[in-house]
Amino acid sequence: MNVTIVDYKSGNISSVINSFKEVAENKVKIEVTSDVSKIKSTDKVVLPGQGSFKSCVDALQSIKGLVDCLNEFVMNKKKPLLGICVGLQMFADVGYEESETKGLGWISGKVTKIDNQNGKYKLPHIGWNQINIVKGSKIFKDIKDKSHMYFVHSYEFVPTDKNSISATTDYSSKHVCAVEKENIFGTQFHPEKSDKTGLKIINNFINL
Amino acid sequence: MLKNRIIPCLDVKNGRVVKGINFVDLKDAGDPVEQAKIYSDGGADEICFLDITASNENRDTIYEVVEKTSKKCFVPLTVGGGVRSVDDINKLLNCGADKVSINTAAVENSKVVVDSSKKFGSQCIVVAIDAKKNGDKWEVFTHGGRNNSGIDALEYAKKMEDSGAGELLVTSMDRDGTQVGYDIELMSKISSKVNIPLIASGGVGNLDHLVEGIKSGKASAVLAASIFHYGKYSVKEAKQYLESKGIPVRT
Repeated sequence: MNVTIVDYKSGNISSVINSFKEVAENKVKIEVTSDVSKIKSTDKVVLPGQGSFKSCVDALQSIKGLVDCLNEFVMNKKKPLLGICVGLQMFADVGYEESETKGLGWISGKVTKIDNQNGKYKLPHIGWNQINIVKGSKIFKDIKDKSHMYFVHSYEFVPTDKNSISATTDYSSKHVCAVEKENIFGTQFHPEKSDKTGLKIINNFINL
Repeated sequence: MLKNRIIPCLDVKNGRVVKGINFVDLKDAGDPVEQAKIYSDGGADEICFLDITASNENRDTIYEVVEKTSKKCFVPLTVGGGVRSVDDINKLLNCGADKVSINTAAVENSKVVVDSSKKFGSQCIVVAIDAKKNGDKWEVFTHGGRNNSGIDALEYAKKMEDSGAGELLVTSMDRDGTQVGYDIELMSKISSKVNIPLIASGGVGNLDHLVEGIKSGKASAVLAASIFHYGKYSVKEAKQYLESKGIPVRT
């Protein structure tokens, strides 16, 4: 089996690569590429994302055929994809970081800034926070409710389809931190930086 | 709820830990990878490397250290010391650092902070502020605390937030190495001035100091070196103590 991490120059993906390689232990091939032909034929895709919503969408679009290829992979072939951080946020229809930017539209909703309640909450939301698992997700197999995950973000995904929400976290309000819709998975937190629990989530995704 | 973080910091020189954990069962006490792994297995919320390599020819040693550590530690890794340019930051991130802290270069030219946070995102840009009290204000020092820039630390902190810093790592130079506790006044003043998280550093001698840093200093995270290195306390003990004082920690 091949798991492909999409390298679309959206910032630092070394930690994502390291964590997947650690978990895969040479049993599963971890490929890092932006080559559309390779992504087309792979079994699973990981879509990381750092920086702003706009910069990530722009970077995806700057690689010819990539967005079409991902759409085909997810919507028609229904193969598993895991979005991490801004990778998850891009599932939305629209994001409002920097300027209004169209997302991939896989899970309808929008990405807006976390309400800091007039400075009561510092942004970015950085550090370890507990997740409230609201529905059994395949990537949460053997993950306990209230597990700690590492977060770093200022924007949150607000999906219109509440059934897609698999976990929330409490910071300023209860915001969405994981989604699952059929073959589409996403975490706002960083499983690659969330110690053993995070690696377990990665393992669950690899073993889907 | 969001937990307060405990961050052990390791000083690295020419690729080796200089002040490190003094455990008898360590295979190689100077190996940064092994030390970082001990901390992350012990519950450290993040790991910080401060590169204090003096000579230019050995500056590349830190890249190798970061590369090896990031393959073994799956908690965030911050690397600082001698970071001069967007290119330096790029190299460290590519080696597997999750955040890079910038000190002197940010004072000399805030454009480094503006450009790097735009390019890599604010989440990986930490501005390190070394501050020393002068009368009723604090001044920012550069070059490992050797040069006084004369810049007001509070105003500078705000400027760094506006430039795109994701976090501030504030070290009191008056307290650093003294083990008498953080400069609480400095921490709380800066923390109240900015809306980004503050990491308190400099002066920790016991676990109550960590509690003060969070409760009175309003720090989101506390950084410490010697209390962990010399086995005085483990990260686990520190967390248990903080928890007993009502501070939320990851256990």
